[in-house]
Amino acid sequence: MNTAGSAVQIEGLHKQFLDKESGRKIVALRDINLAIPAGTISAFVGPDGAGKTTLLRLMAGLLRADTGSVEVLGVDARRDPQQIQDRISYMPQRFGLYEDLSVQENLDLYADLHGVAAQDRVKRYARLMEMTGLAKFTARPAGKLSGGMKQKLGLACTLVRSPELLLLDEPTVGVDPLSRVELWEIVEQLRQDEHLTVIISTAYLDEAERCAQVYVLHEGEVLAHGTPQALSDHARGRCFMALQQSRQPSRVLQAKLLDNTDMIIDAVPQGGDVRFILNEHTQSDAPALQEVLDGARVEAVKPRLEDGFMVLMRAKLHQDKAAVEASLAAAASLSNSSANAQGPASDTSDEVMIEVRDLVRKFGDFIAVNSTSFAVKRGEIFGLLGPNGAGKTTTFRMLCGLLPATSGFLQVAGVNLRTARADARRRIGYVSQKFSLYGNLSVMENLEFFGGAYGLRGKRLRQRIATVTEQFELHGLERTPSGHLPGGFKQRLAMAVGLLHEPDILFLDEPTSGTDPLARREFWRRITALANTGVTIIITTHFLDEAEYCDRIVIQDAGELKALGTPREVWVQAGHSASSPLNMEKAFIDIVNQARQAAARSEQEVAHA
Amino acid sequence: MFALLFALLHRILILCRKELLAILKDPSSRIVLIMPVFIQSFLFGYAATYDLTNAPYAVLDQSRSAVSTELIAKLESSGVFHRVANLTSEHEIAEAIDSGEALLVLQFGATFEEDLYAGKAADLQVILDARNSNSAGSAAAYINAIVGTFNQDWRRDHGGGEPALNIQARSWYNPNLETRWFFMPSMIASLAFLQTLMLTALSVAREREQGTFDQLLVTPMSPTEIMIGKAVPPIMIGLVQSTIVMLVTLHWFKVPMAGSFVTLYLGLIFFMISSVGVGLAISALSANMQQAMLYAFMLIMPLMLLSGLATPVRNMPMPIQILTYANPLRFAIDLIQRVYLEGVSLLTVWHDLVPLFVIAALTLPWAAWLFRHRLV
Repeated sequence: MNTAGSAVQIEGLHKQFLDKESGRKIVALRDINLAIPAGTISAFVGPDGAGKTTLLRLMAGLLRADTGSVEVLGVDARRDPQQIQDRISYMPQRFGLYEDLSVQENLDLYADLHGVAAQDRVKRYARLMEMTGLAKFTARPAGKLSGGMKQKLGLACTLVRSPELLLLDEPTVGVDPLSRVELWEIVEQLRQDEHLTVIISTAYLDEAERCAQVYVLHEGEVLAHGTPQALSDHARGRCFMALQQSRQPSRVLQAKLLDNTDMIIDAVPQGGDVRFILNEHTQSDAPALQEVLDGARVEAVKPRLEDGFMVLMRAKLHQDKAAVEASLAAAASLSNSSANAQGPASDTSDEVMIEVRDLVRKFGDFIAVNSTSFAVKRGEIFGLLGPNGAGKTTTFRMLCGLLPATSGFLQVAGVNLRTARADARRRIGYVSQKFSLYGNLSVMENLEFFGGAYGLRGKRLRQRIATVTEQFELHGLERTPSGHLPGGFKQRLAMAVGLLHEPDILFLDEPTSGTDPLARREFWRRITALANTGVTIIITTHFLDEAEYCDRIVIQDAGELKALGTPREVWVQAGHSASSPLNMEKAFIDIVNQARQAAARSEQEVAHA
Repeated sequence: MFALLFALLHRILILCRKELLAILKDPSSRIVLIMPVFIQSFLFGYAATYDLTNAPYAVLDQSRSAVSTELIAKLESSGVFHRVANLTSEHEIAEAIDSGEALLVLQFGATFEEDLYAGKAADLQVILDARNSNSAGSAAAYINAIVGTFNQDWRRDHGGGEPALNIQARSWYNPNLETRWFFMPSMIASLAFLQTLMLTALSVAREREQGTFDQLLVTPMSPTEIMIGKAVPPIMIGLVQSTIVMLVTLHWFKVPMAGSFVTLYLGLIFFMISSVGVGLAISALSANMQQAMLYAFMLIMPLMLLSGLATPVRNMPMPIQILTYANPLRFAIDLIQRVYLEGVSLLTVWHDLVPLFVIAALTLPWAAWLFRHRLV
């Protein structure tokens, strides 16, 4: 390997941890070899627990390698971690902002900690403020900033001095698309202006696509690395769009394709159509495929990084092919209980499950949600989308009855859950953002408790627990404390708990935040299957591409409802032509920007008048 | 109707089960709930005492007489005092006291014996180190008693007749005036109080912090049911802790129980319900565990010190005395001491139950109301 020009050079790296509970050794990283060129942006991608964070911490000199060498900026990390830490900046996943201190005080504190000289600060602060757009908020306590602004402040605090290498651990988790774009602009600008080397770990493959090189990590190994182009090529010639003729939601065809694991590696709804990847043995004109496609026209498309990633992952999981199939089958089995698994059309009735009119919620002077109206029908998947602090969580909490509305009309399953008799709450299921369950209670104890809370007991409770354990593949884990479950299983258990009492409506608050594409596919397969059985789904999400799984969405910004309708209708509302392929991320950014510009204009007019 | 009641009881029961599981499943928290109470009841039983033993004293005997020697011998034989120095001049007194070497100095004047034989009042000066006013007070009382006996004997043997008034004090319920007798029954309430308060103060706050409280609120359980389900397990744990302290008091320290267990436990149950009420109100008010801890610690010190455990409530200024009506520990200590030591029945101590009931009747519904209305 060529050492010259490498910011980081790793050879033969091994790292294992001791699991205190079981006393077993867990391999976190094995045989890692990599060289990161100076002055570039590199990305680490991979599922939860692949070893991304461990690798970053080793580079930052915060952990010691068991064997192998880690050389950062020409310094041996084992011998002189302090020197490395003096020259790099590391932003961990949960950056330690002091919530009660103001933006300025946080910056000062980190400048003091890093010993930045007073005369250097003035220039540096000015530049950081300009980049992050935080100049207007210097006096505001960090705790009062939105999630996106907090991350930007975290980045600014990390950058109070000029490092030679910047390590960012999932900086955009839980950050809305607008703020994500802004964060990436900052990083890109730094690389250009200061010739900074940046290493970033991320769950978003569209972000990784912007990097010079990408490392795909899986179970502690580098599965593949190269330019995004090179990695995408793993799926070359196998990516297609199925252009739908019918008006049915694309998720119906997507689910059918995804279930055909014999032929198809991956399928996602995209732009109103379905993007899918064939496995290496299947031709796009295979009769079996045509049958599944049911008249949809097929068009070859250029592979993206995500396609390459999915191909790599599925190939890696090939050993456990049976497991993958089983999990998808279990996910899909939710819909088998309904006689007709063709699509929601047959099950959707016109029954209104949720109705909201002129809903307002104020916190003191601050209007969190302003005169919002919408209605959701039975069996619909309804998405609440918006930037951090837009009001979607507030709306969500009002719907669940966790927060009283200041004014307006609100009915869920015919009642206002806040004031309704307790019985009405039996009709809803709730999955919270953090999959909140009792961590020291076992999987079974959690199920038994929540089942009992919903009035299930005796034989009925046993039956339902058996059913959801089957559906969510929790067997064998019954005695595991739920706090020890890996992320993906926590999500499954939370879903199992939410569905234990067979609710009519399921509320999901950012269920896919921070999860990898593989887990997200499986999650959505379950959700679409559920909707087919007539369950109404209300979901909040940051992933705009997920809006395409929804029948209808609302976009909120600054407490106002900015758009409402099917993904296609929202695309048109954003000012695009109805026939152009839709891009929800773009629609979202356009709508929010238009609304903000309009607000700024009307403010100016008021000022002039 | 019956089915509804059954469903309600079932829900409360499974919530209690969940709470107990969450608390007791962890082996370390099981130990934390039992061992400290056990150890503390021994620790306080032995260590926390106002009784004087081995009080160091010094003598400045300027009379060097037979009478002064006789008096000193009586002091020595009491077993309470222990002579550490014989001083030779007055200016050594200050040093003996300041250095902490002696708790008190006895000074016999040069004419001590002559005055006595002359039938005059003879002065005996006692200089006390009152930096610890409790010990100084007890020491003075002991010396008074010894000198009193001496006076009596002197009068009998040397004429002057019997004293006009002879006080014979009898200490009821604690004949030997042992601090332990007063202290240990109070511990039955206060040791359990500490942990029940902390346990409940953290319970809702922990769930708020971890997000499980929302999950609980969206179930068909009503706030009242949640409140009851959250209150019962700590009450049970508190009663177990009280029982441990009581058993140690009864069987190890052999402090005799004069009253009935039924009355004692009835009082304890009332006390536990009201302390859990205070704890739950703190918890429902807090946004997170840190806040709940701060509130609880802020309350625990005044509640303990102003409960009559350290100083009698009737010695406190009136406004503070009124404030102590909000302190469940004050009434629990009064009730337990009277039932345990005096053996009184409920008819005598029912007035202690009233404030306990009022505290519970205010805090518990308030906590339940806060579950849904405190927005964090």
